[in-house]
Amino acid sequence: MQFFGGSEISPSPPVPTASGNNAHMMYVFNRNGICLLYKEWNRPLHTLNPQQDHKLMFGLLFSLKSLTAKMDPVNADKGNLGVPQLPGQGCSFHSFRTNTYKLSFMETPSGIKIILVTHPKTGDLRESLKYIYSLYVEYVVKNPIYSPGSPIKSELFNTALDQYVRSIS
Amino acid sequence: MAAIYSLYIINKSGGLIFYKDCGTKGRMDTNDSLRVASLWHSMHAISQQLSPVNGCSGIELLEADTFDLHCFQSLPGTKFFVVCEPGTPHMESLLRYIYELYTDYVLKNPFYEIEMPIRCELFDINLTQAVQSDRVALLGR
Repeated sequence: MQFFGGSEISPSPPVPTASGNNAHMMYVFNRNGICLLYKEWNRPLHTLNPQQDHKLMFGLLFSLKSLTAKMDPVNADKGNLGVPQLPGQGCSFHSFRTNTYKLSFMETPSGIKIILVTHPKTGDLRESLKYIYSLYVEYVVKNPIYSPGSPIKSELFNTALDQYVRSIS
Repeated sequence: MAAIYSLYIINKSGGLIFYKDCGTKGRMDTNDSLRVASLWHSMHAISQQLSPVNGCSGIELLEADTFDLHCFQSLPGTKFFVVCEPGTPHMESLLRYIYELYTDYVLKNPFYEIEMPIRCELFDINLTQAVQSDRVALLGR
C-alpha cells in the first residue's frame, strides 16, 4: 500500500471523478479525538458551535466503528459491542451516504482520521483520501517545527490541500 | 451470488421489533442485536445533525469493509435496514418491498400492537421468500 512507506508524494494523484467544487467540509482528527484540521468550502447550515460539531463528528465515527466491528458478518471472533479496538483492528467502514451528503472516512495505522464530506453523488474517494494523507505526511509530519497533536497551521499544506480538494470533487 | 446477512426493523424510538439472521458468522445474541439496533437509531439521528445543508433524513447506505448496510426510513419513523455483501444491487427496492409486507401483514393484523415486537407468521413466510436472492433479482427488473 502506498501510504505505509512512500517517501515522496505519489506522482499521479487519482483522476478527478467530476468537475466543479462540491466538497462541503473536511476534518482531520488524531487518535485522541483532537481536531487537527477543519476546513469548509460550502456549508450553509451550522447547527452547533465548532467545538461541539467536532466532538459530535468524532463521536459519530467512533460509535459507527464499534457498530461495524460488532456487525461484521464475515468474521466469527468479534468481541462485545464497544470493546476498545486499535486502529486497523476489526471491521471498519470507508463511507456512508445520506440524501444530502456523502462522508468518506479513512483511518491510518497511527490513528489519524481523515474525513471528507462531499456531494452524495460523489464516487469512491478512498484513493483521494490516501493522497491527502500523503500530503499530510509530506507537509505536516516532516515539518520540524510541527509538534504532534497541535492544530495544523502549515501554509503549504493548506494551499496544496485546498487545490487538491477543489480538483477532485 | 450476492447474499443478505441480516435484517432489522426498529420502531420510531429505537427499539428492535424484528430481527432476522440469514448467516452472520460469530455470536450475535438477542442483547447484541438490541444494542446494535438502538445504536444505529442514534447514529442515524446524529448524521442528520451533521449535515452541511438543510433537509437531511439520515444515513441511507453505510459501506463497511466486509458488508453494506442499506437503511430505509418510513414516514412514521420505523426504520428498516438490511446488511448484505458489498455491492449487492436492488437493496432499495427490497427494503420498499419489505415495508409493503410490513404494512400488509403486520399493521393490518388486528392482534398486532403498534411499536411492539413483530410475531406474525404470514410476515415471516413472505419475508423469507423475499429475501431469497432470486426474488431480489426479480424486484430489480
